[in-house]
Amino acid sequence: MSDTSAAAHHHTAPTSFIRKYIFSLDHKVIGIQYYFLAIFSVLIGMVLSWLVRIHLVWPQLHIWGLEKLSPAGAPGGVMTPEYYLSLLTLHGTLMVFFVLTTAPQAGFGNYALPIQIGAEDMAFPWLNMLSFWTTFVGLCCLVATLFVKDGPPISGWTAYPPLSAVGSDAGPGQGMGQNLWAVSIAIFCVGSLLGALNFIVTTVDLRAKGMSLMRMPLTCWAWLITAILSLLSFAVLFAACILLFLDRNAGTSFFLPAGLLVNEKLQPHSGGSPLLWQHLFWFFGHPEVYIAIVPGFGVISHILSTFSRKPVLGYKVIVACLLGIGFLSFMVWGHHMFLSGMSPYSGFLFSIPTLIITIPATIVSLLWLGTIFGGKLRFTTSMMFALGFISVFVTGGLGGMFLAQPSLDIFLHGTYFVVGHFHMVMGVAAIFGMFAGTYYWFPKMFGRMMNETMGKIHFWFTFVGVYCIFMPMHFIGLEGNPRRYSQFVNAFIQPLMPVHKFMTIAALSTGIIQFLFFFNLFWSIFKGPKAPNNPWESTSLEWTVPSPPPFDNFAGVHPVVNHGAYEYGEENDGKDYVMQTDPPTRAVTG
Amino acid sequence: MSSSNDPLAGVAIHGGGHIPAGVQVYPEPGTSFWSGGGLPYGIPSRKLGMWLFIVSDAITFSAVIFAYGYLRLAAADWPRPFETASIVNATVMTFVLLSSSVAMVLAVRASNLGRRGGTVGWLLATAGGGIVFDILHIREWLGLIHEGVRPFQNPWGTPMFGSAFFAMTGLHMLHVTIGVIYLLIIAMAYSNKKVTEVDVEVSGLYWHFVDLVWMFIFPLVYLLSAKVG
Repeated sequence: MSDTSAAAHHHTAPTSFIRKYIFSLDHKVIGIQYYFLAIFSVLIGMVLSWLVRIHLVWPQLHIWGLEKLSPAGAPGGVMTPEYYLSLLTLHGTLMVFFVLTTAPQAGFGNYALPIQIGAEDMAFPWLNMLSFWTTFVGLCCLVATLFVKDGPPISGWTAYPPLSAVGSDAGPGQGMGQNLWAVSIAIFCVGSLLGALNFIVTTVDLRAKGMSLMRMPLTCWAWLITAILSLLSFAVLFAACILLFLDRNAGTSFFLPAGLLVNEKLQPHSGGSPLLWQHLFWFFGHPEVYIAIVPGFGVISHILSTFSRKPVLGYKVIVACLLGIGFLSFMVWGHHMFLSGMSPYSGFLFSIPTLIITIPATIVSLLWLGTIFGGKLRFTTSMMFALGFISVFVTGGLGGMFLAQPSLDIFLHGTYFVVGHFHMVMGVAAIFGMFAGTYYWFPKMFGRMMNETMGKIHFWFTFVGVYCIFMPMHFIGLEGNPRRYSQFVNAFIQPLMPVHKFMTIAALSTGIIQFLFFFNLFWSIFKGPKAPNNPWESTSLEWTVPSPPPFDNFAGVHPVVNHGAYEYGEENDGKDYVMQTDPPTRAVTG
Repeated sequence: MSSSNDPLAGVAIHGGGHIPAGVQVYPEPGTSFWSGGGLPYGIPSRKLGMWLFIVSDAITFSAVIFAYGYLRLAAADWPRPFETASIVNATVMTFVLLSSSVAMVLAVRASNLGRRGGTVGWLLATAGGGIVFDILHIREWLGLIHEGVRPFQNPWGTPMFGSAFFAMTGLHMLHVTIGVIYLLIIAMAYSNKKVTEVDVEVSGLYWHFVDLVWMFIFPLVYLLSAKVG
């Protein structure tokens, strides 16, 4: 009855190149794989956003190479309005799923979670590898839409039916492109579910001795809560994608009503409801917003405390707020549907929790300010991105308070106000979290330091740049500038065209400055100065091991944790911080 | 707690992963499971993993069942075509599936008592129940297809009847089929001593879950659509 295999099970490092770097079971390698998958996706997504912005202000511009990519979508290199929608859809899908969902959670989480809780690896290394490669296949399916005959689908990242469900009658990209989209997202759901399950079990079961829940770094809390959100929400999107696929390929009508005339062709469907998709999609879609941002909350709390040399203010309150945000995120999906035809009572019902969710978010933001207040701030690039995170998150979040109210949302929902809002609060804030995390963990991940001067230039240009891109969107939204339009021909928008040009130029130049980051990243991997074990004088467990850590993280030693994650204060024995593994007697007064 | 009093003594506790040596089944005196270095629920990691998978899979089924309810309530002409013969067939299927769950319970018990042969036998019986269920189910599908039911049409009313029927029962049938393969693999691996009794129990969790889903689908799909009078 005894299980000798488990006791004898020892972590031995693989030696072959393929087992070491390609099909690796090591959470650190998998984390880096996820990270570079996100970097690849963000590059494509960023170029797509340039094309989209260029088309909006110079619709007749000849774009080199675009005709080669899609002769039908860009005859003579000039983008058609349909191709604009295709690229917009691909931009959104890539960014939301393969960047914002992938890097903060699966990338940094995979890399740092097991080390931070004192484990040798994730609970299910094999499943971990499977989730990465599943996600990779999903990405391949999505990128393949660029190369099929009609190009990517035109239905947006939300894939609203009837447009997404009726097939190629609905326009270019709605044939094979939309099928690939549905398959890609369904596969992505599977990968995320496996990953989420792994994260939860790892956090529950594999914490080192003494690492009680309330001693975990806030990053671990954030990854745990995000994993719970993923587990509960991707399951619904998975079902929705299956039904969408059946509607498109098996002739069912889950999302299609009767008598639908699309491009003068009567569709043979009847009995379904487009609203059903919206309910299923947004039941996933709203938690998804928090899946993107909550890991950022954790990383930012961690970094602010480290570089302020002060304990996080209100550790328990932050944990409670993150749990509250996670819980409430499942009760607000209807606020995406105020315009879609809901009873006014439902609108009211969804508006209240949406406004309530701003309370924990505000508390967390104030606690961050309290954390840095009176601290001995160290302005590393990582810290600057963390401070930038607070700024863009609060700015973007304030727009959310307008949109939470049905009476205002009915006017604003179809305008650029929403585009500005979600890019700021979900896109830019989450990406600032990733930048902060990159500059913070890079020494641990690659054993070398990044260049701080390049990092600071990168920060300032990016910080100013994102405000130049997304703040004006709020104002032209208030002016009534509709979103999703490929060209602005209406007379009332003409006075706003200079603003659009400004935003396009800002987007192009902010994009170009990102290449400084990419250069810094790849240059530092090979040429950066060697990193010590603990360059930031941080307290958590990953800084007790060499940079980069050995294969099983702690070289066979099982760490014992005696302290909380944020013990910074007055200097004692030449150090103003207490490592989590320091003897219980060591202390600093905070 | 000394190991002689430990009800889980000798039961494999490790998950598929690399748990540090020194992981405890019970916490040291004065500490709790949640203070690290132990398994808070006192169950192996892969059992917790299966529970979490079941949570997420249950939500996937819930979404499909929600879609069915949403569309059925909105439809004016939802057909109720199932004659007594169909209901009897579905009842027999239910009986077979529930019996296979009993066999699964006996397999888990046999494995906990260390009876390797008995475990494999009961596992095969469980998988057999799943196969019989699949055969009866496919026979019924073929009957309905013969009557003209398709995912996009049927002779009686809204085409959504066929869509919902095939989507819900198809998704469930897929789970049963995967379950049969899973059980056969576990049976083979257990008889070769490649897996432990924990893996048998974990496969049992999955199988009972699949049965439980059927206990929702049977009334919602069949009984609600039975021809009355």
